[in-house]
Order: sequence, then C-alpha cells, then structure tokens
Amino acid sequence: MSQDELVAAARDGDQKAFEELVRQTHVATYTLAYRLTGNEEDARDVVQETYLRAWKAIRKFRGDAQFSTWLYRITANTASSMTQRRSRNRADSLDDQGSEVVDERTFANPEASSEASALHQRLSEAVAELPPKLRTIVVLKDVYDLPHEAIAEELGISVPAAKVRLHRARKRLRDVLFEERGGVARAV
Amino acid sequence: MLLVRCEDVALILPRAVDVGEPVDDAVQHHVNSCLTCQAELARYHKLLKALRTLRTQLVVPAPGTLAMTLAALQESQERRAIRSIVSGRRGAYIGAIGGAAVAAGAAAAAVALARRRAPRLAG
Repeated sequence: MSQDELVAAARDGDQKAFEELVRQTHVATYTLAYRLTGNEEDARDVVQETYLRAWKAIRKFRGDAQFSTWLYRITANTASSMTQRRSRNRADSLDDQGSEVVDERTFANPEASSEASALHQRLSEAVAELPPKLRTIVVLKDVYDLPHEAIAEELGISVPAAKVRLHRARKRLRDVLFEERGGVARAV
Repeated sequence: MLLVRCEDVALILPRAVDVGEPVDDAVQHHVNSCLTCQAELARYHKLLKALRTLRTQLVVPAPGTLAMTLAALQESQERRAIRSIVSGRRGAYIGAIGGAAVAAGAAAAAVALARRRAPRLAG
C-alpha cells in the first residue's frame, strides 16, 4: 500500500493502516521532535503525543498538504505545548545515550565528507544550544521549510513575531558558527 | 542616495538572505559594492544551506521507542473502545431505568384511576 492509500484507509478508521504510517514516519517524526526539544526523553513523549493527536484528527486531514507536513505541524504544536509545560532546564546535547545521528547522504569525497560532517555536528550543537523559542522557529523554518504562517499558527504567535525570532536565531547561529578571530571570520 | 554602513547591513542580513524578501535599493547597492558585506551575506547563505541539510540527518531513536509508541496508540484505542462500550451500556441502563420509571408511573396512575372509579361500598 502506498502512503496515500494508508492515509485514506486510516481516515476511514483503519487502525492497522495508521500503525503502518507510524512505522513509516516515526524516525522522521522523532528527528523533528528531538531537534525541537533537544533531549531524548521529551522527544519520545512528543512522538507519542503527536501520533495520539494525529490518530484523533486523521479524519479531519483533507490531504491538501502532504501527510508528513501535516504531521510536522502536529509535532511542532505538541513540542511547543510540552516546552511550555516543562520549565525545567536540562543540559542539551545531541549525543545523548541511545540516540544515533545518521546522515542519509553519501559522500564520494572523504575530505568533503569529513568537513561536512564537522559542520553538521557543530551546527547541530549550535541549534540545540539555542533558547527553545528561537530553536523551534529556526528548525521549523530553515530545516523543515514550513511557511511562517503555519509556524505562527502552531506556536500561537503572530507572523511578525515568528520572523523576529527567526532573525535572532540566525544571527546567533551565525555568531557561533563563524566566530570572529582577530577580525577574520572563521568558518566552523 | 542614502549612505548605508556595513553595521546597518549586518543588522538586516539575517532577514534579507531569504529569497523574495524585499531589500532597500540603497542596501542592495551597498552590498553590491562592499566585499565585507558580500562575505557576510555568503556566510548567511552557507548557514541556510547547512541548516537545510540537517533535515537529511535522521536521529535514530533508542530501541523500543517505536514499540512504546505503538503500545501507547493501541492502549488509547482500547480505552476509546471501552469508553464507547461503557457509554453505550450507560445509555442502555439509563434507557431501561427511564422506561421502568415510566412504566411504574403509568401503573401507579392506572391503579389510582381504577380506585377513583371503583364504586364505594355503602356503610
């Protein structure tokens, strides 16, 4: 069954079809949840809550967006609610026990691969170190390419506010990744 | 033309780097003729490109995460099914009780009516 057929079956109440959708999408959903929350435990909770909400709302899914995009929006909303609920601060790191970052792409050039890998690692850390409000915006807009309007709607903020946060997040990431050393910008 | 400084450009570059975002002509002119600002713009382009590639870097959850998610989903579905059954039964119970109450009321009314109509024995 294709994903579209699974979605159609799930909309008709087919639990098995929905479970198959979960199997197909849970790594991508977990990845987004992890990038939004910055820790494994919260990411797991967000993923569970996301699929529970998605199952309840699947009948309302009109199919005018991709299923993955619809799921991303639910994930963003769920993560935002959870972040607001949980005020505790935790050390953020991408190398938490149990999670493994896997790059789907392959590189023919080992040097380029190494440089790109270093950049990704540094960038992942820099994103994870952003304050939650800035991190959420930059992940949803610059990593997942959701439109400002959708982001603002899911986070319960205005579009101008979303743009201001994105501006601040990019500035911070630029400062971290391209440190000024003796007046000369140093990449990564 | 309005004088634009590199410091001013640096403030708007995080927004201006987006495709389709309107940029003031004076700023555009300054960037076109300023190597420092061009380098700064290139950094933002590099940053955005790197951020986009993060999407392909999947974070694999710990073993058992999928199973936990599916279990939570099945539990939720079972709870919903039980709630549906319970609410159905509750409806049946309420209906039965209501029916019984109506029947009892009707019976009482019939008895009362029959008593009222029954001829009284003369003392």
